[in-house]
Amino acid sequence: MPEVKVENVSKKFGQGKIVAVDNVSLQIRDKEYFSLLGPSGCGKTTLLRLIAGLIQPDEGNIYIEGKLVNNVPPEDRGIGFVFQTYALFPHMDVWDNVTYGPRVKAWNTQQSNKIGREMLEMVRLYERAKALPHELSGGMMQRVAVARALSAGAKLLLLDEPLGALDAKIRLELRYEIRRLVKDLELTAIHVTHDQAEAMAISDRIAIMRKGRVLQVGTPQELYMNPQEIFVANFVGEANFLEGYVESVNETGAVLELRGRLHVKVLDKNKNLGEKVVLAVRPEAFEVWKGHRKVQNALSGQVERFRFEGTNVRYEIRLENQDLVVVTRPTLAVEWLDVGEKVTVSFPPDKSFVFTYPSKGLREELIAE
Amino acid sequence: MSRFGLFKFLDRVSSKPAVRYVTYSISVVFFFMLILIPPILGILFKWNQVGQIFEDPSLQARALGAIYASFGMALFVSLIDVVAGLPLAWFIARGKSKWLNALDTLVDIPFILPTVALGYSMLLFWSQPQGVSSLFGTILISPGWLLVLLLHFVFSFPIVVRVMVGALLDYQIVYEEASRTLGAPPLTADRTVTLSILKPSLVSSFILAFARSLSETGATVMVAGIVESKAAFENGPVFIFLTGKNSAAAVFVSFVLIAVASLIFAVITVLGPRLKLPTKKVWPVFERRLSGEGFAFSRSVVTLLLFFFVVLLPSLFVALPTVSAITNGTFAQALSSAGIWQGYWQSLILSYFVGAVVTLINTFLGLPMAVLIARKRVGALTSTILDVLINVPLIVPSIALGASMSFFWSNFAFIPETALLVFAHIAITYPYFVRAMSSAIERISMDLEEASRILGAKPFTLFRTIILPLTKYSLFAGALIVFTRSVDETGATLAVVSTLKTAPVLLVDWVKGTVKATASDVGLGIGFLVILSFAVLLVMRLVVRGKERRY
Repeated sequence: MPEVKVENVSKKFGQGKIVAVDNVSLQIRDKEYFSLLGPSGCGKTTLLRLIAGLIQPDEGNIYIEGKLVNNVPPEDRGIGFVFQTYALFPHMDVWDNVTYGPRVKAWNTQQSNKIGREMLEMVRLYERAKALPHELSGGMMQRVAVARALSAGAKLLLLDEPLGALDAKIRLELRYEIRRLVKDLELTAIHVTHDQAEAMAISDRIAIMRKGRVLQVGTPQELYMNPQEIFVANFVGEANFLEGYVESVNETGAVLELRGRLHVKVLDKNKNLGEKVVLAVRPEAFEVWKGHRKVQNALSGQVERFRFEGTNVRYEIRLENQDLVVVTRPTLAVEWLDVGEKVTVSFPPDKSFVFTYPSKGLREELIAE
Repeated sequence: MSRFGLFKFLDRVSSKPAVRYVTYSISVVFFFMLILIPPILGILFKWNQVGQIFEDPSLQARALGAIYASFGMALFVSLIDVVAGLPLAWFIARGKSKWLNALDTLVDIPFILPTVALGYSMLLFWSQPQGVSSLFGTILISPGWLLVLLLHFVFSFPIVVRVMVGALLDYQIVYEEASRTLGAPPLTADRTVTLSILKPSLVSSFILAFARSLSETGATVMVAGIVESKAAFENGPVFIFLTGKNSAAAVFVSFVLIAVASLIFAVITVLGPRLKLPTKKVWPVFERRLSGEGFAFSRSVVTLLLFFFVVLLPSLFVALPTVSAITNGTFAQALSSAGIWQGYWQSLILSYFVGAVVTLINTFLGLPMAVLIARKRVGALTSTILDVLINVPLIVPSIALGASMSFFWSNFAFIPETALLVFAHIAITYPYFVRAMSSAIERISMDLEEASRILGAKPFTLFRTIILPLTKYSLFAGALIVFTRSVDETGATLAVVSTLKTAPVLLVDWVKGTVKATASDVGLGIGFLVILSFAVLLVMRLVVRGKERRY
């Protein structure tokens, strides 16, 4: 049975003018690490707060462990919540913060002390038990916040951009630590983030959200390898978008005519003849050679810009039809190209995605917020 | 000289360090010579008289009783103000009704009303046949300690509510949310987390209510039950009023009130932040029940009933005799300045004249002090000391301050009473202006000043084009508080002058019967004072809003 079920939930603000969550339905499985991923203002924090009971839905139902919880206050939902700003009580030391949950639930002192010690040892901060929040670093505060959220025995952990306020290196370390904690304790976690690398690294499944709606739910691999919408293809990873029309369709796939009468073959045969489409190809899917090369899906161009990024080199190549594509190649794998060099790029048909051209235009579809 | 020429001249002058030094020095000297030192020296000049009180055991006992009554009343009233004011503040800050704006405005009424108006209104409502006593066939509350308690409760109540509403609105609700997600019901979350974080505001509101209760004179004299030089309730201000400001007993009581008040405030300021609220113990079942909707609703109902029937209605009751005075011929008499009304208009003009002069002087001489404190121009330690010292007039009873100033200035017989009145009112109101302006200036980032200077602005231009526009609202608010406080001031006026009567002092005489005035006369006299106060408030608000719209 699903741990958390969200059924046709909507939430509006500003007397109905702002639709923060728009008819969202989700199922999060027991012991799953689930992320809500999307740009700022997409409704992911609102959805998390609805699940927590901090706000009530205008429409729809929320179930936790099969029970309808719409009218159940947060203190009775059996959740733990890690806030973006940690919300450690400034007038209490680490120990009092962590044992707050057991105390307000009237656990006896022995139980409270035992769980307090266990939680602090788990996050390696037992020796800082007497410290006040303002005496801790950002990473320490975050670990105390997690320990506090878990101390009252919650089986469902909600995290609202828990790593947002930390520097890059600490973020990288702590993301795995949080996942490890959740898995060791066999919890269900719902993690809100706008960082797609973070979501991809630690999640069992991810829901991509935009403008209050869930666009796609899947494992990180599914979202990356098989995006169902242009926005998902652009938000999860990077992609080049080329406009064109379906010139022909057969059993093996379709041929698209891009701008400048360039023709490429794709495997997607579900589009209609003459339909305006958008072809998406990830930068790492391209191959690139110096000069002219006769290969499938060959496109001629010239290197306009080059950037060294450590493990990859990144080229911006102006095609003969004036479209600009980004190509990334492993630094040590191939010979580097020079700016101004004439090149041929190509991509395998099975490593591309074809989308119907959006009614509001491609630019509007790609805007994150 | 054209305006441009004047600005250029002032720029040139303000660039000279010596001129800035003299400007700041004048403001500091003004503060010490006119505000801080006179009361201290006044007490010292009369110190040899203090011993006389110990030769009269009954007078000594009476004086000590008055002192205990002052502090006891202030302490008790402040506690019940905080206990009663907090639920209303919560209701206003967290409520979702469209009527909350109206409620928020109504809460300020006892604060805006001149205290003599409030005192008379309370007297009519609780102790006169035409008030609530008419429902019971007997006087419900006679003038005395209970009526004084109600009066002090009512005029300090808005202060507590205002401070706590502000604190609750500034409070980061995420702490309460965190507490709820950890299993705490709303009441537990509020008690163990919110109140602890808001403790500084609780302490501030307690201190302000305490100071206000300690200082209040005019209205207290009205409701203390004074009959032929004896009072049913005698606190420090009433004692000084009855024994005469120059008596040895008055010197003794003034000194003790000032000294003990200063000590109490110092202790509260130091120990207040260390006060630990009970947050460890929880009663989950009991507090969960009290957090329920039914109990929350009952709490709101009780809070609102208390506010309407104990605070608002008694405060506004004075409107009844005012309205009846308009219809029964008293109004015509008043406009024709017949009889006692000639004195009334003279007093009213004096009140507003003194208020205007005090406001102007405080503005011009308080501004440099505010800059000194906010920008720490004389070093961090000295600025902090000045910051503490300017609060002294705020925390001592105004009649005691007035009496001690009178002891000092009586050595300079050539100084006219009007000037003494202005000095006393400056002392009482100075901290309000400097506090408002120094806080406003502190909020302006130094980056803005530095950017202005790098672009070539001289000190005067910097002040005129950066500081002043960004603090204009606080400047008007500060000036408004000074003006209304001065017009409303009774205690210091009674202590410092003997022949001049401001409007509040005259009205106290009318109520006590020192001057023969009918109930209609009193009602109308108070009504004029209230209407004019509201009119001044409205004009100032419109002026401020008008200036804001231009930006």
